[in-house]
Amino acid sequence: MKYLLLKHYRGGPTPAVGYAPMDQWTPDEVDAHMQFMHDFAARLEERGEFVDGQALAPEGAFVRYDGEGRPPVTDGPFAETKDLIAGWYVIDVESWDRAVQLAGELSAAPGPGGKPIYEWLEVRPFLTSSPTVTE
Amino acid sequence: VNGSLLRDLVPAVIGVLVRRGAHFASAEDAVQDALVEAVRVWPDDPPRDPKGWLVTVAWRKFLDAARADASRRKRELAVEIEPPAAPAPSVDDTLRIYFLCAHPTLPPGSAVALTLRAVGGLTTRQIARAYLVPEATMAQRISRAKRTVSGVRFNQPGDLATVLRVLYLVFNEGYGGDVDLAAEAIRLTRQLVALTDEPEVSGLLALMLLHHARRASRTGPGGRLVPLGEQDRSLWDTDLITEGVAILQAALARDRLGEYQAQAAIAALHVDARTVEETDWVQIVEWYDELLLLTGSPVVRLNRAVAVGEADGPQAGLAALADVNADLPRYAAVTAYLHERAGNLKLAAELYAEASRAATSVPERDHLTREAARARQLLRP
Repeated sequence: MKYLLLKHYRGGPTPAVGYAPMDQWTPDEVDAHMQFMHDFAARLEERGEFVDGQALAPEGAFVRYDGEGRPPVTDGPFAETKDLIAGWYVIDVESWDRAVQLAGELSAAPGPGGKPIYEWLEVRPFLTSSPTVTE
Repeated sequence: VNGSLLRDLVPAVIGVLVRRGAHFASAEDAVQDALVEAVRVWPDDPPRDPKGWLVTVAWRKFLDAARADASRRKRELAVEIEPPAAPAPSVDDTLRIYFLCAHPTLPPGSAVALTLRAVGGLTTRQIARAYLVPEATMAQRISRAKRTVSGVRFNQPGDLATVLRVLYLVFNEGYGGDVDLAAEAIRLTRQLVALTDEPEVSGLLALMLLHHARRASRTGPGGRLVPLGEQDRSLWDTDLITEGVAILQAALARDRLGEYQAQAAIAALHVDARTVEETDWVQIVEWYDELLLLTGSPVVRLNRAVAVGEADGPQAGLAALADVNADLPRYAAVTAYLHERAGNLKLAAELYAEASRAATSVPERDHLTREAARARQLLRP
């Protein structure tokens, strides 16, 4: 079963632990965090659970159709209050429980002082494209 | 079977088939089929004349496909069954395949894909993996590209500048999937040097070799980006440097300067320094001036400001930024660096953080975040 682990720049439940933005950490703390992320992705691949991982720039806009012969309307840059996606992993695992376990692992990425950042991650099951046979 | 030797023959063989009257698109398919057969047959039964073998097999594949097509459409074959006897001048035909694949009517992404297939002899699956798109998507992109160039007359002179641009795009993509795109770009540019008599082609080859020579030193643990000034110079490939410099010197001696030669000259000055402190920044600025005259490119103007900062001090560098467009992706990063050199750490840290938000790749973003953290740490008592 495939699941999306969604990382957010902002939005979601109230952070469990408050911490400064990464550019205000020490270089060693930054390195440790990046190494953790790198190792996490490598472990997913080793265990045959990795499907895709991508990061998104914070910039962008909402876009919609605005009628025949008119250019699309854009709404952006994003307001500070909006929920903002930072990136994702797509994993292919045996169960919801396993997806939750992995999200919990990822959420323990180290931050200032080497302590876990307790980041909220959104976990979403993919709808499969073939119907479940139940007869 | 040596894959890259086999693939070296691809554009020439397509050229022969087209010269014999095949359409480029069907010729290209036939040569791909022949490559598959070569990989299967050659290990047990290596041909004495690999190119002749490929031409014969590809021509047979082409005729099979044309016959199947003809019977499907219930019409006569459009081509002669027997190939014309006179062999065509193959250098020109090979070159024309390069021109066709990088035709100015193609969007760059399509020109890249078509070049990798019809000049590079890579399979659609390899190209798709290298560019992280589904194979069906890449197949569609390639067949649309073939259709776009199907109306181009084969004998028409081509545009070398677009070919060079396409090869440089491939080079800059680096690694992708199981294909080393940088090495592939170098191989195709080497072939092109042999087919043409243009110092700019040599300039591009020299530029690629001089960049490639530093590859091992450009990334650290966990894929982190290592900037030029911090690279371990003992990891640089001295054979590639020697070759790149020799090719560049021979090109420059012909006194027909172009943007790739100028860029290669800058790369050569960098690799010529045993330590970063020994870098001849004054000469590098002079080459940036030449490059600016040749291209007028805003990105060149931005990079020139960095070089000016090193040659004449950070204030001069900041002054050189005055006429640079601040919307450029790396503008904040360059400004941050120059302010740090000028001793304004607080502003530098803020600008590094801003630059990390504007970064266009993950390694670049992570690097700039680290730079922001480093500048901030220096600020702490």
